[in-house]
Amino acid sequence: MSGTGRAMDLRIGWLYGGKMNIYGDRGNVLALMRRAAWRRIAAETVDIGLGDPIPDGIDAFFFGGGQDREQIAVARDLVGAKGAAIRTAVEGGAAMLAVCGGYQLLGHEYRPHGAAPLPGIGLFDLVTEAGPERFIGNIVVETEFGDLVGFENHSGLTHLGSGARPLGRVRVGRGNNGRDGFEGAIYRNAVGCYLHGALLPKNPVLADWLLQAALRRRHGDVELAPLDDALERTAHAEAGKRALRAR
Amino acid sequence: MAPDTPNRPDPRLTAALIAAKAAGLVIRRMGRGGGTAAPGLIADRIDPGLLAKICDRLPSGVLVVAGTNGKTTTSRMIADILEADGHRVAHNRTGSNLVRGVASALAGRSSLSGDPRADVGVIESDEAALPAILRLTHPRVLALNNLFRDQLDRYGELNAIAVSWRAAFERLGPETTIVANGDDPTLAAITEGLVARRVLFGLDDPASRHRLTALPHAADAATCRRCGADLAYDALYSAHLGDWRCAGCAAARPLLDVAGRDIVLDGVDALQTVVDWPGAGEPLPISVAIPGMYNVYNTVCAVAAATCMGASRAAIADALASFRSAFGRIERVRYRDRNLVMALVKNPVGFNETLRMLITASGRLETPTLIAINDLHADGRDISWLWDVDFEQLADGATPLYTAGLRGADMANRLKYAGVAADRLHPLTNDLAVALDEFVERTPVGETAYVLPSYTAMLALRKVLSDRGAVETFWRQ
Ligand SMILES: [Zn+2]
Repeated sequence: MSGTGRAMDLRIGWLYGGKMNIYGDRGNVLALMRRAAWRRIAAETVDIGLGDPIPDGIDAFFFGGGQDREQIAVARDLVGAKGAAIRTAVEGGAAMLAVCGGYQLLGHEYRPHGAAPLPGIGLFDLVTEAGPERFIGNIVVETEFGDLVGFENHSGLTHLGSGARPLGRVRVGRGNNGRDGFEGAIYRNAVGCYLHGALLPKNPVLADWLLQAALRRRHGDVELAPLDDALERTAHAEAGKRALRAR
Repeated sequence: MAPDTPNRPDPRLTAALIAAKAAGLVIRRMGRGGGTAAPGLIADRIDPGLLAKICDRLPSGVLVVAGTNGKTTTSRMIADILEADGHRVAHNRTGSNLVRGVASALAGRSSLSGDPRADVGVIESDEAALPAILRLTHPRVLALNNLFRDQLDRYGELNAIAVSWRAAFERLGPETTIVANGDDPTLAAITEGLVARRVLFGLDDPASRHRLTALPHAADAATCRRCGADLAYDALYSAHLGDWRCAGCAAARPLLDVAGRDIVLDGVDALQTVVDWPGAGEPLPISVAIPGMYNVYNTVCAVAAATCMGASRAAIADALASFRSAFGRIERVRYRDRNLVMALVKNPVGFNETLRMLITASGRLETPTLIAINDLHADGRDISWLWDVDFEQLADGATPLYTAGLRGADMANRLKYAGVAADRLHPLTNDLAVALDEFVERTPVGETAYVLPSYTAMLALRKVLSDRGAVETFWRQ
């Protein structure tokens, strides 16, 4: 139950925040932190960099996008025990939001043009190959969290395997590969997608779903106190309108 | 380089210039200002060698300025200095900085026989266009301000730009001097070991109260290009610019040839610094009526580059003493008995520096402020960059913050997550004309207010103000 008893706590692990923080990705971590704090949940963020082990007791992960050079170093770092620890945490119920490069590295592999494939950790049943064009623009995706709005900018083409569930259907934009109409992937409490930058502040339903999943792991089923999301809803509505106009 | 014979007739060049001038005239007659690249496009079809030919006819040579932020201000300073030094300067002053825009600007000035009617060229170059512009203009001096992440949907990745610049620099000969910002780790690395001569400038004022204590969130290039380890700073002045060294290898900021010392920032009004260039005479005290640490860099860059072009100390001091800010950077407008101070915001680094300038006095924002954000092509359609701006520095305070523009709602939400209290947040309508009036209405008569627009929002606000007769005497173009 919220609002009674002692304050709840929460640990958020930010994977490679120093390296994979392009396009304002930190807005997603900020959204989780603020939306926890507004409910008097004591949340802390742990930076998990190259060479750092996955600490115990992470309830939610965020894994953003990076430039090519960084992505290679990160892929190498995830091989072995570190990737396995992330898989174990998600299997155990930890929440995860992975965007762009992070999303790709949660699949089986990323295949660049004319270079050796980068291995992923295989949490999602998907592979990504470098494509011939960049998909750039506003995107709207129909999902179980309602419409998600954001901006995509990627040249990777992601193909879901039979064991993967898409996050949703593209209403405006290109999505995973520009062909099958799907965007992102979802597995247990882990969401991967191409909606980059600060996705969560203007998609508060998804933000709260991740928070709730993270809290459940530590504190059982809790009800999140409602927040005044008027500004978030307006930002969401305006982004949707901009996407439809530019179509 | 100067031709040693008088210009020979060149029918093809003349045909291209006639076409370019006719196109420029038609565009102006149609009242469609701004379309500054079209004449260059037409001329380019007739004579692709136009830009190179005109540049060859400038006896004192060409200077090119490039960098993510500040290139317009810096190139204007340099052009003013060279004019004060007695030169006739050809300059793409309207800021049209792709190859065709540069060609248009120079064609517009030339006679039909291809006489540039100038003896020196000052060319501001877009980041992506720099390799082509270097190839066509063979500059005597190349001034490099900085290299930041701009809107990525237009420029591609920062590293790709750095790699293409390096390849272009390797083709420059010993007759070119590169004036590079040594406080920028990327620029220091990609200008190392070239045939071209290199002059490094930077700031050296480790005791300054204007230093930063931590790397801003928008900072790029905080890792070593040689070994990938994180960089540490003995002094950090702006964004990722400062006295840097690598934690993992021996890389560090090289010794500066030219250093700005004794920095004084006077809010939104002015700056002072002493430019020290051992080997080029006594330290030179400079005072300019433009604000902010980023403009200290622009000033030191301009002094170093103009000196490499042979400008005298007197010309430098005179030109900078009367320098006024370029279009869209900082503008002051009296409107309905309020004093509006308008500053363009176009990327995280620039926005951070603007915020820093606005809170210099007390550490808090104490003036009502309107932030107007559009997401049209010229603004960058992706507004994710707002989340890399450290708006957290506005959380402390009581002054109201207004938002407007096509992405005003995102901006208001950003401020909310930065910790700005709800009762200070006033989202206004997307219609900038209506929003401006509402903002002014709520600002007490006689007071100052800040307006921080993205590029197309600035154009729209200027038009509203100018239609209402508020601005003409304040803007120089
Ligand atoms: Zn190093």
